[in-house]
Amino acid sequence: MSAQHQGKAPPLIRFEQVTKRYPGVLANDAITLDLHAGEIHALLGENGAGKSTLIALLSGMQQPDAGRLLIDGQAVRFSSPRAALQAGIGTVYQHSALVPSLTVLENLMLGRRWWQGRRQSATRRRFTALCNDLGVRLPADALLSSLSLGERQMVEIVKALWEGRRLLILDEASAMLTSAAVSDLQRSLTRLAAKGMAILFVTHKLPEALAFGDRVSILRAGRLVASRSAADLHRRGAEQAQSEIISLMFDAPSTATAAPAPPPSFQEKAPVLRVQGLRAACGEQEPQLDGIDFSLSAGEILGVAGIDGNGQRQLAEALAGQRTTLAGRIELGGEAVQAKSVPQRMKRGLRYLTDDRLGEGSLPAFPISLNLLLKRVGDAPFWRQGVEQPREIEAYAQQTISAHNIRAPGPHTPLGSLSGGNVQKLLLARELEGQPRVVIYNKPTYGLDFQTQQLAQEAIRRQAASGVAALLISPDLDEILALSHRVAVMAEGRIVGIVNNGPDARQTVGRLVVGGTA
Amino acid sequence: MESLLTTPFLTALLAGSLAAGLPLLLAGLGEQMSEKAGVLNIGLEGMMLLGAYCGFLGAWSSGSLWLGFLCGMLGGLALALPMMLLCVWLGLNQIVVGIALTLSAEGLTALLHHVQFSQSYPRLPRVDTLPLPLLSEIPVLGTALFDRHPLVYLAILAVPLLAWLYRSSLLGLNLQAAGDRPAALDAAGISVIATRSLAVLFTGAMAGLGGAYLATVGAGLFVPFMTSGAGFIAIVLAMLGRGRPLWVLLGALLFGLCLSLTTALQVAGLRVPTDLVQMLPFAAVMLLLLFFGRRAALPAALTRPYRRGER
Repeated sequence: MSAQHQGKAPPLIRFEQVTKRYPGVLANDAITLDLHAGEIHALLGENGAGKSTLIALLSGMQQPDAGRLLIDGQAVRFSSPRAALQAGIGTVYQHSALVPSLTVLENLMLGRRWWQGRRQSATRRRFTALCNDLGVRLPADALLSSLSLGERQMVEIVKALWEGRRLLILDEASAMLTSAAVSDLQRSLTRLAAKGMAILFVTHKLPEALAFGDRVSILRAGRLVASRSAADLHRRGAEQAQSEIISLMFDAPSTATAAPAPPPSFQEKAPVLRVQGLRAACGEQEPQLDGIDFSLSAGEILGVAGIDGNGQRQLAEALAGQRTTLAGRIELGGEAVQAKSVPQRMKRGLRYLTDDRLGEGSLPAFPISLNLLLKRVGDAPFWRQGVEQPREIEAYAQQTISAHNIRAPGPHTPLGSLSGGNVQKLLLARELEGQPRVVIYNKPTYGLDFQTQQLAQEAIRRQAASGVAALLISPDLDEILALSHRVAVMAEGRIVGIVNNGPDARQTVGRLVVGGTA
Repeated sequence: MESLLTTPFLTALLAGSLAAGLPLLLAGLGEQMSEKAGVLNIGLEGMMLLGAYCGFLGAWSSGSLWLGFLCGMLGGLALALPMMLLCVWLGLNQIVVGIALTLSAEGLTALLHHVQFSQSYPRLPRVDTLPLPLLSEIPVLGTALFDRHPLVYLAILAVPLLAWLYRSSLLGLNLQAAGDRPAALDAAGISVIATRSLAVLFTGAMAGLGGAYLATVGAGLFVPFMTSGAGFIAIVLAMLGRGRPLWVLLGALLFGLCLSLTTALQVAGLRVPTDLVQMLPFAAVMLLLLFFGRRAALPAALTRPYRRGER
């Protein structure tokens, strides 16, 4: 609504050619971005697009390697979060910075030196004033833990506004909110902007970015690929604006080599894994896995896309038997297995390759040989009458190491001393051993070097070609599109759509990932 | 049974529970602050024991009970320092360090006692009490509760004082945040390390004072292992107290009652095997844990060392 400042006053904050590197990653690459007073600026981007780094630079958690940060046209350098606060920049982080066992007011008092008084009445007055600015009513004396997530988010904003009176940064502020709470949030932010504050609203949800933002900027792989004013987007119509932004966010980079086209769909075959109405036990802070429906045929690879942390891990664990099924059915080869234990499902051919490779996936201090047999402890021929057979175990390990080209000094080397790529090769060897029928791959190539990535992807393809069904969970859309026959998109613990892979799949999947409709 | 409820029996019982409960109260109040801030101090027993030794040594060599108390506090502090260094600053496992500290204090005090006192077994003279005017005239209650050493009154006074600190001061907020969500405290610009260090040192001093009281006013002499588990009972009291000092006081009195039953039953001339009676406090711990332990809401970050940037 107030996007016509440009050219008049200098922007409140200007990023000028700002670059930030981490080892091996160019997190922010020569970003130039203006934030104006009175404007809500929505920043869109996928996992790893560089949003968090940009926030860290603005809030004083990190310093840029190159480029400048200007406030009112003056170059500044924030050495600490406190310095950013003093410049009037308040941040609401993705992870709560409030203490659940304190009251709302007590949370706002936190941070003063202990010898200072609590200044109850002054704090309360300021709290009421800020709540009025936001247009919300919050119980000042209630325990924080008794508040709804939306109310807690408002308290976070009040806390950020306590000192940050010029720019308010919200990092994925709407991630855990109900839709009613999101519209409350929008109303409050609009009020703040009308009072002359600049707001940077960072999100991966396209509808919210379009609804909230006076201006929408898109980050991709560390670069600012586009910046559009709301007026500009509205002129072209909602439908077209969406398509353009989705292309900007997800389109295959021109440099990428075309992935081999996946084989045609397997819809006609009888499914080997069928999941109906699955609901599983999830913690309070996790997405609630609910209403999961899909089926998987022999030889088929079903990709699971979505922003990280939208229930992918919960789905994998529920299928593997590591989470209690509360409702629905899981059929493996026609047999209901939702009440079966992890080893019972494993014996029926269900395998789970975890993303927590050194945590639940292995015992890093144990030798390679035992890690290979972790899921078969007690089985012949490696154990006889409960007694370990070191020779059998060693021979098996030796054979697996050479068969899978695992680079290790020997079978007695502790697994933890191997490189990430070799650990993954070992875990793959373990999970694919025997007669798997369905394999769940959770981020199978995440954090691996290029060569091991290729090897792992090759293994997944080969398995599928030999008739094994696969569920491929990956935050990397390129990988999913290169390997899968169909792609399911997860958001907030549900599957929001299943798309056949093909030329249009990237657009459609991208649209589902950012919260549009297929 | 009627013969049990005589004046001397009730007086001995009440007086005894206060006397036996006081070291528990002092140590429990200290432990409570430490737990609030997120540090489980398993070394409490050792701190009490070193406090008892130092307190006795101070009082015996100087002739002043108050100097003895001071020495006891310093003794407890001396053992809290390594706890602070290892667990708060370096982030080592609190339980392992706590056990090590308790064992070291047990060994050290036993050795020192052997060298210094095993031939002479010195005793402190009987301690003078400070009868509170009027209140001490009340029958039974008066002599039992209001004719005691001044430290007893001070310790009880500490209960509302700490309650106020937790409820109405900024320091109380900081302590609770340090134990519940240290990252939030850090983000607010307050040092988690400093806050926890303060709590650990306070715990050491209070446990040392409790031990000193036990050795000087309570027993009048030092014997190796004389705390006999009081430190661990105090840890349980602090946990069950759920951050409220008044509960620690009530718990300390309850356990004091169990401990003093032995003497009181002897006064009453009732023959119960002493072994059975001596089991009472520990049976009481288990009963309490059974009924209230499940509801004890402990700070979320208890026993977890804080390092910036970790979740």
